Amino acid sequence: MAMELVRLATTGSVDDGKSTLIGRMLYDTKQIFQDQLEAIEEASKQRGTDYVDLALLTDGLRAEREQGITIDVAYRYFATPKRKFVLADTPGHIQYTRNMVTGASTADIALVLVDARAGIVEQTRRHAFIASLLRVPHLVLCVNKMDLVDFSEDRYNEIVDEFKDFATRLDIHDLRFVPVSALEGDNVVDESDRTPWYTGPSVLHLLEDIYVASDRNMIDVRFPVQYVIRPHTMEHQDYRGYAGQVVGGVLKPGDDVMVLPSGFESKIVGIDTFDGPVDEAAPPMSVTVRLEDDLDISRGDMICRPHNHPDVGQDIDAMVCWLTDQSQLRPGVKYAIKHTTRWARALVADMQYRLDINTLHRDEESHHLSLNEIGRVRLRTTQPLFFDEYRRNRETGSFILVDEATNATVGAGMILGPSQ
Amino acid sequence: MHYQLSHLSALEAEGVHIIREAVAEGERPVLLFSGGKDSAVLLWLAMKAFHPARIPFPVMHVDTGHNFPEVLEFRDRTIGAIGADLIVASVQEAIDEGRVIEQTGPRASRNRLQTEPLLRAITSNKFDVVFGGARRDEEKARAKERVFSFRDEFGQWDPKNQRPELWSLYNGRYRVGEHMRVFPISNWTEMDIWQYIEREGISLPSIYFSHQRKVFARDGMLMAVSDYIQQFDGEEPFEATVRFRTVGDMSCTGAFESTAATVAEIIAEVSATRITERGASRADDRTAEAAMEDRKKEGYF
Repeated sequence: MAMELVRLATTGSVDDGKSTLIGRMLYDTKQIFQDQLEAIEEASKQRGTDYVDLALLTDGLRAEREQGITIDVAYRYFATPKRKFVLADTPGHIQYTRNMVTGASTADIALVLVDARAGIVEQTRRHAFIASLLRVPHLVLCVNKMDLVDFSEDRYNEIVDEFKDFATRLDIHDLRFVPVSALEGDNVVDESDRTPWYTGPSVLHLLEDIYVASDRNMIDVRFPVQYVIRPHTMEHQDYRGYAGQVVGGVLKPGDDVMVLPSGFESKIVGIDTFDGPVDEAAPPMSVTVRLEDDLDISRGDMICRPHNHPDVGQDIDAMVCWLTDQSQLRPGVKYAIKHTTRWARALVADMQYRLDINTLHRDEESHHLSLNEIGRVRLRTTQPLFFDEYRRNRETGSFILVDEATNATVGAGMILGPSQ
Repeated sequence: MHYQLSHLSALEAEGVHIIREAVAEGERPVLLFSGGKDSAVLLWLAMKAFHPARIPFPVMHVDTGHNFPEVLEFRDRTIGAIGADLIVASVQEAIDEGRVIEQTGPRASRNRLQTEPLLRAITSNKFDVVFGGARRDEEKARAKERVFSFRDEFGQWDPKNQRPELWSLYNGRYRVGEHMRVFPISNWTEMDIWQYIEREGISLPSIYFSHQRKVFARDGMLMAVSDYIQQFDGEEPFEATVRFRTVGDMSCTGAFESTAATVAEIIAEVSATRITERGASRADDRTAEAAMEDRKKEGYF
């Protein structure tokens, strides 16, 4: 029962055969049930399609089924004896960058599909770029529809080489390739005998084996305080514990710690859970930390180590993806910002460039971001934030921007560092 | 050094994080408790989140008046043991006061009628954070719902206007009169729930386990014979060894034949089944392809 939880993001359009690939993995790992299959068979028949449309499994909203489109991130779950997978499935169309960013933000592994006949297209580059921007640690390129190119090794190598060449411009540290026919099941769950030149694992076996436990930052201790626990009961009269989720490093009783923003130093005297005290706490454990000294610590503060603390500052450079069509990001506009467990206000001090996610060209003449656009901005916050570079820690390096009038989440940010 | 959490510990850590986050950002939280296995796990996570303090919010049950007596007994025993306040929002009261109209006939269900007393209790108690035990794997409309799901001043869910949810940064901001529904076990599957119940030794209502009951067959399910459901001609009652896979109203929750008497036996049974839990046991989801979406838009759980 000691399965590991692994988060996947898939993206692609119907044409890539993504739904077929996912459908096959779900079906072969027994995650599609009889009544679900009957329901989508019935719905497919009503719609007059020739085959069972597996997209209907995830396209749960009325509008989606009426329009035959996927409008949102759909979460699916499947498990093998080794791992439980949370799959964030996002549509691949250009206007859904927002959804891809959302799905990729928590993913350990990104699955990108290409059609072996079409090869690397603009959409493939966009998907790979977003996976790298969001620092998804592992990317698996599934070269699909191999049956339609006669399982040609040459064609496969051509696509792999082209993608590798493109990927050198990105920051992807683990890149894998699998030749697949999702429709016929080659290399999806079982290794195919029609690709004798490919000796690697099937997609599912790859997903089971990619080592993800070391992807989190286990070096820099980061513990954002979420909630202060003070029971006020006879039994625990003087109890004062700082509850939160470890987002970096390993905490142990006896460790010297520093608390931001005060800078006061203390020592961990205990790490508590409902199941009793623990000897150490690592990401992503939710625990309660007690300190030796009675300090004034509240939600939004950060517990770290005296000689290893995050940047503390109000001027931050970041890549921002814009998530709404109701407004544009522009210099001079203020937003609410949420970073770890801390809310503040942020002023867009400057926008340096907008990035063309297809060509990676930096447009420095552009001074606003619209829906699905990504750019580099400089923010000035009302209070100091305690942050790391996003590439060093996805939890202490990310933030969201919220429109103060509508409360809508309008921007997703990845911190590059303190403003120069 | 090797650090690796099991999937159950990772899901637990995520659930605890979500509960603390919602309580920290809200003013008046409440936890919806049906007495079913998912709400039992949710309540368990809430206890873990604030230990050694008590859970800092009340628990609310929307009582249709058609509950299984075993579930009400379980509710009172469980809530009593943790010392939380219990608020009961009554469908019967809403019917008696003419706020909702009861369906009639053999297929009458009070399921949809729960929305009115639920929203009324949220408003009158000024609750702004409402925890629910919904899971995304349960139903396809739920597969697209956020962990922090925003509701307008009418309690409505607008699936096309949901806030993007990135990393573990939840946006709990709302305006006066609006509220957040928060689903800490969104990423759990039915199997995760059972494995966690086994690992933690969480107690459940007896109807989840195999027992003898007088039932009649309808729509491929076995319905419990009770005062709350009329039988059509030909729906002959008989004794059977059954259990329930979900807990809802007696009028819309079906049983099936099973000898699984322990959590371990239930896990073995769930592993082998080819039917979803809602498909197997809920008449309410069979009425239309978008039945759940429509109920949710009105403010349902």
